[in-house]
Amino acid sequence: MSTFHSKSAKSFLKDEKYSSWHDKTFWSVRQKRDAMAEKLDEWEQLREKASRIKLHTLSHLDKYLEEFSGNAEKNGVKVHWAADAAEFNEIVFGILSSHGVKKLVKSKSMLTEECEMNPYLEARGIEVVETDLGERIIQLKGQKPSHIVMPAIHLNHDDVGELFERKGISDQPGNHDPSYLTYMARLSLRGEFLSADAGMTGANFGIAATGDIVVCTNEGNADMSTSLPKLQISAIGLEKIIPDYASLAVFQRMLCRAGTGQPSTTYTSHFRKARCEDGEMHIILVDNGRSDWLADPAHREILKCIRCGSCMNTCPVYRRSGGYSYSYFIPGPIGINLGMLRSARQHSGNLSACTLCRSCETVCPVKIGLAEQIYSWRQSLSGLGTFNRSKKLMSDAMSLVFNHQGLYDAATGAESVMNIVPRDWMPFGLRFPRKPFHKLVKEDDK
Amino acid sequence: MKVGLFIPCYVDALFPEVGMASLKLLRHLGVEVVYPQGQTCCGQPMANGGFEKQATHLARKFEDKFGNFDYVVAPSVSCTAFVRHNYPSLIKDCKVADKALDIVEFLHDVLKVKGPLGRFPHRVSIHNSCHGVRELGLSSPSEQNIPKFNKIRDLLQLVEGIDVVEPERPDECCGFGGLFAMEEKAVSQRMGCDKISRHAATGAEYVTGPDSSCLMQLSASAERLGLDIKCKHVVEILASGL
Repeated sequence: MSTFHSKSAKSFLKDEKYSSWHDKTFWSVRQKRDAMAEKLDEWEQLREKASRIKLHTLSHLDKYLEEFSGNAEKNGVKVHWAADAAEFNEIVFGILSSHGVKKLVKSKSMLTEECEMNPYLEARGIEVVETDLGERIIQLKGQKPSHIVMPAIHLNHDDVGELFERKGISDQPGNHDPSYLTYMARLSLRGEFLSADAGMTGANFGIAATGDIVVCTNEGNADMSTSLPKLQISAIGLEKIIPDYASLAVFQRMLCRAGTGQPSTTYTSHFRKARCEDGEMHIILVDNGRSDWLADPAHREILKCIRCGSCMNTCPVYRRSGGYSYSYFIPGPIGINLGMLRSARQHSGNLSACTLCRSCETVCPVKIGLAEQIYSWRQSLSGLGTFNRSKKLMSDAMSLVFNHQGLYDAATGAESVMNIVPRDWMPFGLRFPRKPFHKLVKEDDK
Repeated sequence: MKVGLFIPCYVDALFPEVGMASLKLLRHLGVEVVYPQGQTCCGQPMANGGFEKQATHLARKFEDKFGNFDYVVAPSVSCTAFVRHNYPSLIKDCKVADKALDIVEFLHDVLKVKGPLGRFPHRVSIHNSCHGVRELGLSSPSEQNIPKFNKIRDLLQLVEGIDVVEPERPDECCGFGGLFAMEEKAVSQRMGCDKISRHAATGAEYVTGPDSSCLMQLSASAERLGLDIKCKHVVEILASGL
């Protein structure tokens, strides 16, 4: 009766101190988010507006994609279209190799994680340097992100301090002071920026009306990545296109408030064209399954996601199981859903990680029915042959009992109820035979 | 006004006193209430576990039993929410979905009970069950920026001698979730222990809520931690001493 997630979560919870810290850390992000939401009287209207803008854009995506790419081309940007991860990686490598690039600096992009771009490029002799501090830490450690907004949140300053000593980034052994470590990372990254041949960014938004790529960071690393090298590549998923600046204003007010509990990211950078006359800017629009999801009415609204991470922070199961307890690289409620869309067979072991408490849907700034979608995925599990056998047996038994009055009377009578309700659920006081209500009420009426 | 009392399977079998208290309370308030014999389960446990088809039969049966009442009232938020939100997609021409109310909603919104209820001179911590908060709107969800309200608290305050409190993280899930508790036992137990500890930290002698399944999880967690705090369904407290 165990799933990929339940097994991993069980071992995560063995370290009680660490798991409590994990829960409290993310709960405090949720509280910061609440404080921000409470300061905006129009918060709930903004959520509704944001959801509608996304639904509108997604249902006219062909038009907005053409408008976006047309405007980007007018700005002198070279626009590429990648049908899947393989094509995306080939396009990136094609651009880099034709410019003789040896080192690529990049800001955080979950899309490049999704396409597993870094190992692809590294296998072809290109050094890839992550410049978001969290991403850099896990890159040096050889790990995957455990959260989409705070990718290295699972590590503490001692972990980072020891890592920096090993990698020669810090020069004072034993000094694990966060300010010192950040300063040393900054020095080390400065050298990478200066020696890179190309810079890459992801995208929080693509503006159809102007062809802008909009990137939100707290560290300014997207600007460093694109301001020094002359070659810039930006990768963007098809669903990240929004109509215009008026719609950007709605999302810009929500993204960071929902994600980290700050009123805004420190930097909101718009990239529209190559930074100098002999420079180049490329935009790669990536499908990789998105148009299929758009065609699926049961799950298309997942494409509204702006990747703020607030569903993870609020999820009581994510907070108590950590990012690595999910088989897909994006964890939490949105990750359960994205994993199922990516490969239901491979990632159905995450579906158990939900009590259907619906806190995720209530937090979500674009109102995605995340729990509703998980409920609906569960219904399709028996067709996939990956459902849990003992869970099915239990459900079959309940169905049989509830549909036959004689069986129901027998099952609810005296001790036999102990046989249908798992013992762990029952407090001690309940483990005694008692007369069910439907019999008591009969006696009462006499 | 004809009211059909729906006593979900697990309340019937494990918490008959909650059914009796519901009946007592409704009769005390002058409601013409009938308990149709032969009801079993609404189908929620199977559906939430991924076997919605097994709920269809039960939904039809439920419709037959309760279709002709003006209201169907149940002391269980998650079963009520399942009938209200899922039945219309399970069966054609569903009449019961719009008539199904949790007993807290019925007392608060339909009867608009204002008068004195029972007497319960204890400190009581409210357990805001997820499906009550986020599916039926019994209280304002902590995630939302909307005016704060809590229908359970409004009703409890009509009880003589009571001291009503709420825990830190007032509407975080207790971790029961039906089959979730079996499949994700470790996380479920941890959530239960965390939740009951927060209730206990208020100094309350009792936890009360609108759903006995959450209360069962919390009682089991209290035992696991050796905490001296008891759980009672909200109707038991409202009817106490009547």
